[in-house]
Order: sequence, then structure tokens, then C-alpha cells
Amino acid sequence: MTWADIGALDDIPAQGARVVKTAAGCVAVFRTADDRVFAMADQCPHKGGPLSEGIVHGTSVTCPLHAWVFSLESGEAQGPDAGAVATFAVRIEAGRILLDMRRLARRVAA
Amino acid sequence: MKRKLVIIGAGMASGRMLETLLDMAPDAYDVTLFNAEPRGNYNRLMLSPVLSGEKTYEEIVTHDEAWYAARGIETRFGEHVVRIDRARQVVISARGETHYDKLVIATGSAPFILPVQGKDLPGVVTYRDLEDTNAMIAIARPGAKAVVIGGGLLGLEAAAGMAARGAEVVVIHIMGHLMERQLDPSAGYLLQKDLERRGIKVHCRGATKAILGHDRVEAVALDDGTVYGADLVCMAVGIRPEVRLANDAHLEVGRGIVVNDQMTTSDPAIHALGECVEHNRQLFGLVAPLYDQAKVLAATLAGQAAAFRPVQTATKLKVTGVDLFSAGDFAEGPGREDIVFRDPGRGIYKRLVIEGDRLLGAVMYGDTADGAWFFSQIKEGSDISAMRDTLIFGPGFQGAAPADPLAAVAALPPEAEICGCNGVCKGRIVTAIQGGAVTLDAVRASTKASASCGTCTGLVEQVMALTLGGGFKANANPPLCKCTDHTHEDVRRLIKAGAMKSIPAVMQELGWKTAGGCATCRPALNYYLIADWPLDYRDDRQSRFVNERNHANIQKDGTYSVVPRMWGGVTTPAELRAIADAADKYKVAMVKVTGGQRIDLLGVRKEDLPAIWADLNDAGMVSGHAYSKGLRTVKTCVGSEFCRFGTQDSTGLGIKLEKMLWGSWTPAKVKLGVSGCPRNCAEATCKDIGVVCVDSGYEVSVAGAAGMDVRETLPLCKVATEAEVMEAVAAFVQLYRENARYLHRIYKWVDKVGLDWCQAQIADPATRRALCDRFQLSQSIYQVDPWAEHAKPAERAKWAALADLTLEAAE
Repeated sequence: MTWADIGALDDIPAQGARVVKTAAGCVAVFRTADDRVFAMADQCPHKGGPLSEGIVHGTSVTCPLHAWVFSLESGEAQGPDAGAVATFAVRIEAGRILLDMRRLARRVAA
Repeated sequence: MKRKLVIIGAGMASGRMLETLLDMAPDAYDVTLFNAEPRGNYNRLMLSPVLSGEKTYEEIVTHDEAWYAARGIETRFGEHVVRIDRARQVVISARGETHYDKLVIATGSAPFILPVQGKDLPGVVTYRDLEDTNAMIAIARPGAKAVVIGGGLLGLEAAAGMAARGAEVVVIHIMGHLMERQLDPSAGYLLQKDLERRGIKVHCRGATKAILGHDRVEAVALDDGTVYGADLVCMAVGIRPEVRLANDAHLEVGRGIVVNDQMTTSDPAIHALGECVEHNRQLFGLVAPLYDQAKVLAATLAGQAAAFRPVQTATKLKVTGVDLFSAGDFAEGPGREDIVFRDPGRGIYKRLVIEGDRLLGAVMYGDTADGAWFFSQIKEGSDISAMRDTLIFGPGFQGAAPADPLAAVAALPPEAEICGCNGVCKGRIVTAIQGGAVTLDAVRASTKASASCGTCTGLVEQVMALTLGGGFKANANPPLCKCTDHTHEDVRRLIKAGAMKSIPAVMQELGWKTAGGCATCRPALNYYLIADWPLDYRDDRQSRFVNERNHANIQKDGTYSVVPRMWGGVTTPAELRAIADAADKYKVAMVKVTGGQRIDLLGVRKEDLPAIWADLNDAGMVSGHAYSKGLRTVKTCVGSEFCRFGTQDSTGLGIKLEKMLWGSWTPAKVKLGVSGCPRNCAEATCKDIGVVCVDSGYEVSVAGAAGMDVRETLPLCKVATEAEVMEAVAAFVQLYRENARYLHRIYKWVDKVGLDWCQAQIADPATRRALCDRFQLSQSIYQVDPWAEHAKPAERAKWAALADLTLEAAE
């Protein structure tokens, strides 16, 4: 299988996130104010902060530990900080959130 | 030998001319300056902020007596010149005759007075000088009624200023929409809506018939039969050049005193400048061309060649919170086309008038950030055909430049005008900064940019930031965050004034520049809304920092710490057993005693939080809010119950205070201490609020600190009973909640507002009582244990992972 059903859209608060445990580490799944979803590794490249606990604004999240800001779309750090977080494809189908497992599986194999 | 220069009028144009002349030719003239007003030159554009109370007269003085004295200028303030004798080259005033070699007439303009019945009644004023402003300030109290006749720039600034002081204001305007010389009907309508929202009534197509009253003004009657009650009437229907002296001297006078390009009148020994002149059949009312005239006349007097060429001017209305910009020619006409952008929901309107490939005029309302850029396109006559599709979106959309305001300023060419009043372009500001002007005041001093009406201050600061990079220190009160230009104080005030009750409403109404804000503004807005609208607003959990959202302190490894409340630092064997059991059960990595007299359980996993909270709840404990911008701890000593020195029951009082205050949200954390005697074992005098018990009662002090800064508390009040301590503390906490900036501890806030003010609020019984009542009202909603809410079985799943795919991914 490539797309895993990880839960309902309503399980994630708008402007919030939940965590999915995978063999490749925790993945943060974000829901924006306009009900789009994004997935990225739940680990800030700076000091490993859980990005799933950051404040979600627009299509960005601010790390709760030292306020680095990442684009949910690209995983790139914004502003003066340099770094990136791995992003994963995710989509909504009939109110369910589906996570693309291919890239995750590659990360495990690597 | 020095020649004799006499100047009639000490207004802004003559002040600027003198300054320039003294720079160019300091020793050319002996100067005598007459002024009908009994004072020197002040920035007349700034009378509006004086009227609204945002500035004082002292702040707008540009040239005082000392300035003239230091330059050897003889001042004759309050002395009217009654006649000019051209044949003998003298001016005649109350104190005799004064000879001149060169004479400058700068008599400015006089307000136009409608020739209606009652125009001379006491209480009818115009809006030209400090006397008028003071007359309006004296009457514009809450409940007073004011009528402004005239809905142009001056009239609206007068109306807004009096409304800001609490008066009920009606604006009567004869035309179909406000500011018809600067705005088209659509923008005029938006402006009218904005003013009406501030409580100003606007009556367009209203012709004044008479001003009614016996001993002083009582009402204004219109042709259509409407009558408005009035304690004050301000006539702001226009100005006419003050030409009487010139007329009597038989100089050539049209509507104004006629001058040539060198600002010389029909008599070569007499010059004129400012609002009293007419040049190529044109009159001048805005400050920018007047300053140009000043430069030209200074050069003429210094014997240098110069010629006055009027340039296009742009207009901004100086009413706090109203964003309006117009420039160029925007009348409709054959061959002219409009590009219009409308977003009525956000109150934004932009209209560009185009003829052929050129931009002729721009009117903007609600979002004027691109005004300077459009204005420079108009003045340069740039060919805009290539960017016509996206022109209305401003410079951010031309080429690849992002919509960042700094980038927009960076994209401006050196000749782009930044300060319209003084005609200062970007290049001159950059040169001044590179020449050592590294503060805003220094830039103002050396270039005059932002020194007149001040609306370009933000732009000047952006040029400074670009030129100086990291070396630039922005003004002392920067915007709340990069999403807005408003300061914390503005946002707090506008939330209350505009009855905004949700984060999206605040962002819409105040024109937030980002969708959804950022991690800086969202928690601040959430707090302000909680504090101001306890009954209407619902806490937005997603706008809180992780610790407050999860009701526990996140640690560097992503685990959390759990701190149950121990009222006044007092616990029991049963509570300690329950804490020990919880520490074992959830494999707590460290058990630590905190500085606030309680116990911290460190290293709890997020998914275990609801369960450990439920266990502690079962033993009768609630959240200690060790993570919140709210009440943390009340530290106590054992007091009179055990201690041989104790004067009062400090432990009991501390517990009562903690039970009253817990659960309240505040701008930053709040810690209290209660000591039973002046030995002060609870270290109360370095807390946000400290109580020290003495034989005769209780000394309540505030604004201590023992963190990054160390401060001793300052006395707030001394009272005799516990009940009075409770009331004073609740009132003071509420005062802090309602007024401080988010994340400012009490000592920082008291530094800003002053201890005297805090003492006065708490000392006044009615104010104190009202603050207390508002605090209790808020507590009736917010004093709940968050642990109990989140530990409910239905809530627990939300604290664990959404899904566990560890096995699937391995396939």
C-alpha cells in the first residue's frame, strides 16, 4: 500500500497538529485555518524541538523551543535561519487524511 | 554694512525661509520679524494632534524666542504692522516706523467666514492657530456638542480631534461627499463610514443658513430645515490669502499678492511667500510648495539665481486610524481610464487614473502603503504600459520584488520622494545617514524629512533600516510584530474602541499584513481579547504557546513537567503520598522542590499528562499553572500561627490570596509573597506583589523582580485589614491585566505608567471597587482547573499520537 489512512480531518484542530508514529520517526500532520493538511518530520533541525507543538500561522509553523519558522509547503526554514525539514505527501479524501508511505519507507530503508 | 530685512509674519514658510537664508548668507542682513500672533513659529500641521491630545504645544514649536535671539533676530511678536510706506521704505506698527532695504510679506491666509447670521457669536471659531485649538480643547468635553462646518482636510481633522476628546461632533459639508478636492465619491463614502463608526455624524449637501444663539452659540440651522445643537461651531470652509497690507500699499494683487518666479512682487524691494501669494494665477495651501517658495526666496535674498516651479502634491489626512492618500489629477475626462480595486469588507479602495501610458492620479483608502510609489510614478510621468495589468497592486508585484514593505522601499529609486511636505527624496536621506545621521531625530535635523506632518516617519525609518542594516535601532515603541504597523498600545486601545471580539476581527479591522498572524501576535491578541471581553470571547487554544496549550512546561527533550498547586506553600502527608505515587507510576525522571514552595515532577510524556493529572485531581490537587502568563505562586512564611516574631497570619492570608487569584490570565507571570513580619522570610519585597505584615496592619508593595532584573518592590498602599489587602491586590492585578503590554512583567509596566498613577487608581474607592468587580467577573469564567477539563476520558485520546504506523512502514 502507498497511502495510509491516519485519521479524520476533524481529529486535528484547525491551526493545529497531531503526531503519527512511524518506523522512520514521528511525523507531524498539520491542519491550516483553511483546512489544508501538510506532513513533515516532527523534529526541528535546530535542537530537535517537536514542530507539532508549534503555533500554526498561514502555511507556516513556529518551533515551540526557539521560534524557528518553517514553511509547511516546502519544509524550508524561513527568515534568517537556515535548514529544512523533510516533508511528506498527504491528502484528504472523504474527510479522511491519507499519508504517502513511499517516501517514509525509503527513509527507513536508507 | 548689513542691509535691513523686515519680515511680516512668523509662519512655517517664513520660518523655513529664514533658516535657509541664514545657512546661505548668515551675515547679509539685520533681520526684524513681526508676528501678529504673540509667539514664534510652530508646526501648524501638528495642531490636529494637539487638538486630539496626542501632542502638546511645546512639542510642535519649531522656532522659539531663544532660537531667534541666538541668531540676532529682533522679534516683534504680538505687534501688528498697520501700513507699508513704499516711497520711504518703512513699515508702520504700534511702536513706530521700521526701515527696510528688503521687505518680505508672509501674512499667510485668513479663514473664510460664511456671511451668515450669528457668525460673530461667542463659541464660533475657525481652525488656523493655537488660540482656535485651545478654544476647541476647552469646550470639547464628553457630552459637549460641536458642529464643524466644512468637510475638507481641516474640518475633518478638527472634527476627529474634538471627537477624540469625547465631544459629540456633527460635520456639515455643502458638497455631495467629503474632501471632494482630494477624493472621489467612493473614497469619500468610505471615509464618511469610518468617521461615523467613530461617532462623528456627517451631513453632506448641507448648506448653513444661520448660527443661532443669544449670548453665545446654541445651534446651527441648515437650509433643509435641520437644526443641530452646538456648544461650539468651528468654521473650516476654506481660506483666503491675507492681502490687506499689500492692497493698501498698491502692490499688484489678484486673489493673492502677485509674485514672479523669484518670489518678488511688483515692487522690487518687496517679496512675498506662503499662503498670501499668487503665482501664475495659482494659490498655495499645502506645505510642500510653501517650503519650495522659501528656498527660492532665500536664494533671491542671498543674491543667487533660483526659480519657483510648483510641483504636484499629495495629500494625507492626519486622523489616527484613517488611512487615506490622494495625489495628482483624478477627475474624469475624455481619454482617461480608471483602474479600480475594491474590497469593501476590509474597507479598502484604490483608484488609479490613467491617460495613454501615463498615470495621472491615485486615490487610496484603507491601504496607502504604496502611495509614495504611485506618487513618484505620477511625478516622473513613467510609462506604465508594461505593468498595467498589475499596476494597482503596487511595486511589490512589479518584477520579482516581494510584498515585504522593506523590499518596496528598497526598490524605490534614489529620486523617489519620501517626505512630501519637505520634498525630500530617498537619495538625500541615504546621503544624510551615510554622513552620520543615524537616529530619526538626526535625519530630521539634517534633511527635514518627516519633520513636518510626520506621516512619512515609517518610510524614513525603513530607509534608515535599509541603509544602516543591523545598526539601526527602531523607535522606542515598535509595532507589535511584523504583521502590523500598530503598537501593542494601539492594538489594545483599538480592540476596546472598536469592540473587536475575535482574532480574525482584529486582523481584518486593523489591516493585518499576514494571513493568520504569527507566533508573536497571536498569543498577544488572544490575551488582549480574554482580558477585555471575558464574557464574549472564547480562548483560542491554537493561539497559545505550547506550555499554555498543554498546561505543562515543555522540556528540551519534548517531555513535560507537572506542578500541582500547593496553596501558600502548605501541603499535607496525603498530598505528598499522592505526589510520590504519581512520580513512581509515571516514571518521573526528577522530583524537585521549586522556588515557589511546591514540587515539580519532571520528564512526563505528553500522552501520560491526562492520566497523571487525573491521579493528582483525585487527591484534591489542581494545576499549579507553573507554565502560564498568569498567577504562579504565593510564597508565605509561617507567620503568627507558629513564629515567635509573626505579627499577622501571613500563611492564611497567602492562601486566601492564592485562592482568589488562581486561574487568572495576566500579561506575564505574577508571583506574590506574604511575610509575617519585617524580617521578610517570604522575600515578599522582590515579588510582583508583596505583602509585609506589621503590628498595625499590612504594607502592600508592587513591581519587584528577581530574574533578569532585580528590583525591590515599591509601596502601593498600607491597610489595616486582610479584607482591604484582598481588595487592593485584586484591583491592582486587574489594572495590570487591562493596561499592560503582553509579556511585560509588572515592574516593566509600572516603569511605563508610573507608580503615582497606580497608587491613585487604587486609592480612589470607586475605581478600586470597579476594578475588583471586573476581576471577579473574569474569574467567574476563567477560574477553572484545566487539568480536570483535559483529564476527562473523552479528551484523553487527543493527547496521544493520531496513528501508529511503525509496523506498516516496515513492510
